[in-house]
Amino acid sequence: MKITLKIWRQRNAKVKGRFVKYNLENVSPEMSFLEMLDFLNEQLIKSGEDPVSFDHDCREGICGACGLYINGRAHGPEKRTTTCELHLRSFKDGSTIVVEPWRSRAFPVIKDLMVDRTALDEIIRQGGYISVDTGSAPEANSIPVGKHLSDKAFDAAECIGCGACVAACKNSSAMLFVAAKVSQMALLPHGKPEAAERVQKMVKKMDESGFGGCSNTYSCEHDCPKGIPVEFIAKMNREFFKAKVCKQKVE
Amino acid sequence: MGDKKTRVTTVSQKYIMALAGIFLMLFLLVHLSINILMIVGDDGKLFGQAVQFMITNPLIKIMEYVLFGGFFIHILIGVIMEVSNYRARPVKYSRSLKTEKSMFSKYMIHTGVIIFIFLFIHFFHFFYVKLGFVDIPPVASGKHDFFPMAAAIFQTPLYSIIYLVSFVFLAFHLKHAFQSAFQSLGLSHNKYTPAIKVIGTIYAIVISVGFATIPIYFLFFYN
Repeated sequence: MKITLKIWRQRNAKVKGRFVKYNLENVSPEMSFLEMLDFLNEQLIKSGEDPVSFDHDCREGICGACGLYINGRAHGPEKRTTTCELHLRSFKDGSTIVVEPWRSRAFPVIKDLMVDRTALDEIIRQGGYISVDTGSAPEANSIPVGKHLSDKAFDAAECIGCGACVAACKNSSAMLFVAAKVSQMALLPHGKPEAAERVQKMVKKMDESGFGGCSNTYSCEHDCPKGIPVEFIAKMNREFFKAKVCKQKVE
Repeated sequence: MGDKKTRVTTVSQKYIMALAGIFLMLFLLVHLSINILMIVGDDGKLFGQAVQFMITNPLIKIMEYVLFGGFFIHILIGVIMEVSNYRARPVKYSRSLKTEKSMFSKYMIHTGVIIFIFLFIHFFHFFYVKLGFVDIPPVASGKHDFFPMAAAIFQTPLYSIIYLVSFVFLAFHLKHAFQSAFQSLGLSHNKYTPAIKVIGTIYAIVISVGFATIPIYFLFFYN
């Protein structure tokens, strides 16, 4: 098949970027989106041009490294699909595909389609973990956890931290990401002792990092490749309220 | 708000926004339940009694100030959030597809601004008269004689159209506002949230259609 690509090219965060058009012929509908970009880059390298930079790692939808804004959607047109799992068969032969990086003040462009998502790591650093070293896995029946709770916690834990929620949100808000990380811990007994401190610190960091607020537009849920539901944002709001009203102050 | 100086977190802002919004939604219900008495066909007698009750009740007097506080906070936080949300994406996308979930929520600030402008017109017609900022219209016998004022205003087609169009935007605003308030307060539950969404839609329709009956009544059915 034949496609036209309009790709955002930007040398670094300091200079302005622009769209550059590339015509690709003889691409297979079975190619993944990233394979197609590899194919383009091979051609660019052969002709002595600078290849397009983009993030990728596992290429099987579990690491969260890839993330492109394709034709007006985070991760492209298919639901619950990461960019690496998107295939060219999702596009019409002869179509023009517009590829942009995640756009957010909190995600400065490193080069072309590659953005710096350190802001998400910084939020995790504020308490998106259990700070006590608990040694090896405990005996499973020593802390009983209801099936519905473990299922729910796992739903939240599906978040791969790709940043599609930020990219899709009209406010580039990271609420769904933070909500998933707060909830996966708060739902389980192991995460409860630090829940109040965690949610306050993570929300504070989220605001400081330059992400916007939530307008309850729910585009994040729509574009999330893991389908994390927005009910976790409500859960985070509850946790935050509980922490503010009932629990200790956090420095 | 995206700045290191931020004191009120975005989550807290949403809480305050939702609480102010719920208060304003309750006010709209009270406002409608009084005003709908205008169209019962008794030349405003029953409505006049309700107005008399409202202006003599000290609790209502206090609530009037609370109401202004509610409006002020709701508008102030709305604008603050809009500005910081706009700043959160300095370089915009070349194209951004709308998700089917987001139709009304994306235009809250726009519908909000329209309602704000409408409020000025509405205040000029009624509330400023009450405060004495605007002369009592010749049709009315006193500053609380709202029925003949309403009749005169709504029998002017231009004003009726302005009111009716504003109610459409109010409905759009409320449609999102109702369920959004619950979500912001953390009240989301897979058993109840679908019901909240339906109630929100019904509420938005009842309020806007309810208010719309008043100009329609005076325009077409009142002599």
